[in-house]
Amino acid sequence: MTTENDTDLEAQIAEWRTYMLRRRAIHGSDVDELEDHLRERVGDLTETGLRPDEAFLIAVKRMGRMDELSREFAREHSDRLWKQLVLTPDAPAEAERRRDLLAMVVCAALAALAVKLPTLFGLDLDQDQAFYARNAGLFALAPLTAYFAWRRRVGTGTGVVLALLFVLGAVGANAYRLDDDSQSIVLSALHLPLALWLVVGLAYAAGDWRSGSKRMDFIRFTGEWFIYFVLIALGGGVLTGVTVGTFSAIGIDAEVFISEWLLPCGAAAAVIVAAWLVEAKQGVIENMAPVLTRVFTPLFAVTLVAVLIAIAVTTNAIDVERDMLILFDLLLVVVLGLVLYSISARDPGKPAGIFDWMQLALVVSALLIDVLVLIAITGRITEWGFTPNKSAALGENLILFVNLAWTAWLYFSVIKGRKRFALLERWQTDYVPVYAAWAWTVVLVFPPLFAFA
Amino acid sequence: MHIAKDLVAASATPLVLGILAEEESYGYAILKEISDRSGGRLEWTEGLLYPLLHRLERLGHVEATWRTPEGGRRRKYYAITDAGRKELVEQRKQWAAVTEALQDVWKATRSIGPIAPPVLEG
Repeated sequence: MTTENDTDLEAQIAEWRTYMLRRRAIHGSDVDELEDHLRERVGDLTETGLRPDEAFLIAVKRMGRMDELSREFAREHSDRLWKQLVLTPDAPAEAERRRDLLAMVVCAALAALAVKLPTLFGLDLDQDQAFYARNAGLFALAPLTAYFAWRRRVGTGTGVVLALLFVLGAVGANAYRLDDDSQSIVLSALHLPLALWLVVGLAYAAGDWRSGSKRMDFIRFTGEWFIYFVLIALGGGVLTGVTVGTFSAIGIDAEVFISEWLLPCGAAAAVIVAAWLVEAKQGVIENMAPVLTRVFTPLFAVTLVAVLIAIAVTTNAIDVERDMLILFDLLLVVVLGLVLYSISARDPGKPAGIFDWMQLALVVSALLIDVLVLIAITGRITEWGFTPNKSAALGENLILFVNLAWTAWLYFSVIKGRKRFALLERWQTDYVPVYAAWAWTVVLVFPPLFAFA
Repeated sequence: MHIAKDLVAASATPLVLGILAEEESYGYAILKEISDRSGGRLEWTEGLLYPLLHRLERLGHVEATWRTPEGGRRRKYYAITDAGRKELVEQRKQWAAVTEALQDVWKATRSIGPIAPPVLEG
């Protein structure tokens, strides 16, 4: 009798476990903990004279409704289901999904249209490249912001702020009379998309930009979006190749169609489609960015250490040409990205391990290289004076340097067990407005500051 | 007696930290302890306790370790940290202030009379 009851109970508990594990917000170890709890209570109840199956029923009932329990877990562990920002009960309804798909198609079509609209006013993609370079960010990111504004059902106030920021971006891109070959035009073409991307983040967070966890969600989204975008671009490349090849086989030149229509419209639409994929197709390539981070962190760390050793052995100074400045900024961005995405995926409760040491080595070696670069840049600036390019590169370098230096210090403290990992995450999310401020400064203040050079 | 949800939520952190300050413990035992201490008037759900424990762990107020007692099951034990003790001291101060003020107010209302009808305007 007792053994039969025991096997019954075990079967029931096993079934309960599988139900629990279906909840995204509750991890395996949490289920272990809850199972321990459940068994204790069953034990206590059977001691008072209940049969195990009765005790199990009561114990499960006491634990509360599963979706309530999982909602409470989700509130504490929002990182586990960052993609389902709204805690909807289970799968969204079919109608909801269809509406979302429709919204995506509309926004993607808008993006594609926005790219071609200026041709109506006599601006040609081929001849007015400067115009397109300045405004590319606006064309693609305004529909993306609209998509998120719709998806998150942002309030009127936030909607107005979003619209105003885009107007500001449009003014910043077009109001100044810049020569087509000026440095400022290149800078604003590079910085406006970054500034606007953070506006997208504002829509993504439904206006709740102060929340650190929302910012982290947006950082995670950015990584996944980038991967999807690259995948789509690769597919697009194959499509383009096939199109050109097959049409030339039948004696038709498809190049104009491709360079005037397929590429620009496709790229703008892909921005929206990639975002929709990240939002809708959760779990298909679940959190790819952290996986890539794991692979590339050791490789980058080894490379940077090798560079440092080479510099030390040969005592060659770093040759800072203009391209080099950008290269080193890019290096810092990559290192920052590696740190960000490993932080975003790391379980804050886990003790520090070998991977954390590797990250620290990566950050420290990047910092050392950057110090050498900063010295070189300062030398050039004192010799030749400030130009828009050099100032922008220097500013970016300093911003990234400050971030990485403090990151290194926090990381060291975390590994030593003196600080909590959550502090590192806080620092990164707190720093995001600095990028926004800088990007807007370069777009809006730099051109008049440098007399539109 | 039913204790309001807000009050349960507000007192949750100091209760857990206080219990863990005595000795390390695990989920079910903490729940029982709270029920005993309150004479069964504070009934916590698992949906309150475990997310709270995980939050305290993330904030560094408690430390968790998985251990298997001899002949037992794997179990997650929670112990208070130095930061947790500091937090507890802080919470005690705040609660003392609140209860002191409440006592004062209770005393005052008793002197007026507990069933004095509210004065309605207009």
